[in-house]
Amino acid sequence: MNDKNGSFMKSKRRLIDNILWIGLIAVLAALIFIPGAIGKSTHTHVLVLVLLYASMAQSWNILGGYCGQISFGHSVFFGLGAYGAGMAMVTYGSMPWLGILAGAIIAAVTSVLLGWPCFKLRGHYFAIATFAIVEIFGRVFLIWDWIGGALGLDYPIIKDSWSYFLWSSNKTGYYTGALVLFVFIFGVVRYIESRKLGYYMRAVKEGQETAESLGVNSTKVKLTAMALSAFLAALCGAFFAQYNYRVDPPMVMSLDMSMKFVLITILGGMGTFWGPFLGAAVLIPLQEYTRTSLAFLGPGVDQMVYGLLIIFMMVRQPKGIMGFLAEFGILGRNEKKEATGDDAS
Amino acid sequence: MTLLDVHGLTMKFGSLVANREVSFSVDEGQIVGLIGPNGSGKTTLFNCVSGLYKPIAGRVVFNGKDITSKPVHEIAQLGLTRTFQIVKPLSDMTVLENVMVGAYLRYPDREAAREEALKCVKLCYLEEFRDRLAGDMTIGNKKRLEVARILATNPKMILLDESVAGLTSTEAKEMVALIVKLREEGRTILMVEHIMEAIMPISDKIVVLSSGSKIAEGRPEEIASDERVISAYLGEKYAKRFAHSGGGVGHE
Repeated sequence: MNDKNGSFMKSKRRLIDNILWIGLIAVLAALIFIPGAIGKSTHTHVLVLVLLYASMAQSWNILGGYCGQISFGHSVFFGLGAYGAGMAMVTYGSMPWLGILAGAIIAAVTSVLLGWPCFKLRGHYFAIATFAIVEIFGRVFLIWDWIGGALGLDYPIIKDSWSYFLWSSNKTGYYTGALVLFVFIFGVVRYIESRKLGYYMRAVKEGQETAESLGVNSTKVKLTAMALSAFLAALCGAFFAQYNYRVDPPMVMSLDMSMKFVLITILGGMGTFWGPFLGAAVLIPLQEYTRTSLAFLGPGVDQMVYGLLIIFMMVRQPKGIMGFLAEFGILGRNEKKEATGDDAS
Repeated sequence: MTLLDVHGLTMKFGSLVANREVSFSVDEGQIVGLIGPNGSGKTTLFNCVSGLYKPIAGRVVFNGKDITSKPVHEIAQLGLTRTFQIVKPLSDMTVLENVMVGAYLRYPDREAAREEALKCVKLCYLEEFRDRLAGDMTIGNKKRLEVARILATNPKMILLDESVAGLTSTEAKEMVALIVKLREEGRTILMVEHIMEAIMPISDKIVVLSSGSKIAEGRPEEIASDERVISAYLGEKYAKRFAHSGGGVGHE
């Protein structure tokens, strides 16, 4: 058949993919140096959120999209990261960096301890178990005085600086930080996607029995994916706390926050490199601008728009925006079903 | 040298005995056929040997190591892998990617794994389909993919669960030729098969199961004339035909 043509198409697609990725980074980075592009404006705020939520969704995508383990518990890891930064800043009055690292490591360890029993459950049952975990952590953090309890942790007023990663007069620093976070997390996924771990994760998702028959230790793969996913989600949480100047349990460890991880990825396309970015790029501006423009209709309108969009997507194209793009032959793979005559099974 | 030794293996589901004290061995470099009527416990036996089920009694020794009740992936790492009767392609991955999952077991490096996978894809006549999604392939190609995938793990021994059944006669011939080629490479093969024309001519030994117990074991020509096997499974017609033709893949 058209073997040479086929692999030529494939490598061409990979090339386009790389160009898009480098191009996107270049454009986003260039914004920092264009006077007036980034600063105090609402648009900067929206851009920061797009990058943050894309990063969150991508961290979730490692476990949920590539490895097929749907977790509604990622707000726990997100929260642990946020508290790592918060504790360092508020309780210990230091720079946030060590706290961020500690939070991310604690998140990874916690995720493994939670994953150990939960991965004995398959499919929906795993997802349900992760629901319960958010509730448990949310409650415990509410009554735990050492970490601030229900009041949470309020950041002190500190001069804008990179060493404390805090800015009050201007958002350029946050934008730069969000971009670094975005490039790092997407870069990690881009790296593992084409390597052993990436293949093993997809194999576990597509068929655990098959994977194991090929020597894949599926529990180990899932735990690795979970730890990596939780670690990266915690970094996003730390950024979130720094950006909001505070952290309290409902802000981070809620089902609402967990759903953001899941829905953005589903909207964009699970198990795809671009999905989390596309999902965030569509949902976040929509959410922020409907919230301001439709505020007169009462609270929660943005949530309704959000919900309708998800419903529409699930009915029309369960593979998300990436699925739509593949229909038109843009981005990602587009292996059409080519009937080979005797299409049995 | 004995590569696989199954000793007194018993497996029950509730009160149903699927395998009753089955014992047999497979020597290195042999092709051993496992036959028997539907429901005689062939697939259960495969599942016990490959680690999917934990037998309630008996031992499975592979390459000098006791692998009874070891997890599937550890058994695969030791060099004993299996195909599935109901093919299980990783549907949303391409053919080459499917095979690469197997290749990563021995070649952690991406380029090396890809090279090894390409070799196995070629060996199983799948080269022209390598960038096709595995889920979109015909049943014949999916069965070949099962074989290519486990070959990529570089196994000492292969368990083939009805790899020939359901194929067109051309595909069946290709599959049989492939199996013979694998033995020539030095791999040991234990295969379950219903198609006698495929299994009889190439097997060094046949093990016959009926209602969970081993009723006979021997060279194909002994089995074909064994009274117990004829009454339990083969039937008079086949025994006569085998005696006349001397085997060979053919039409029913």
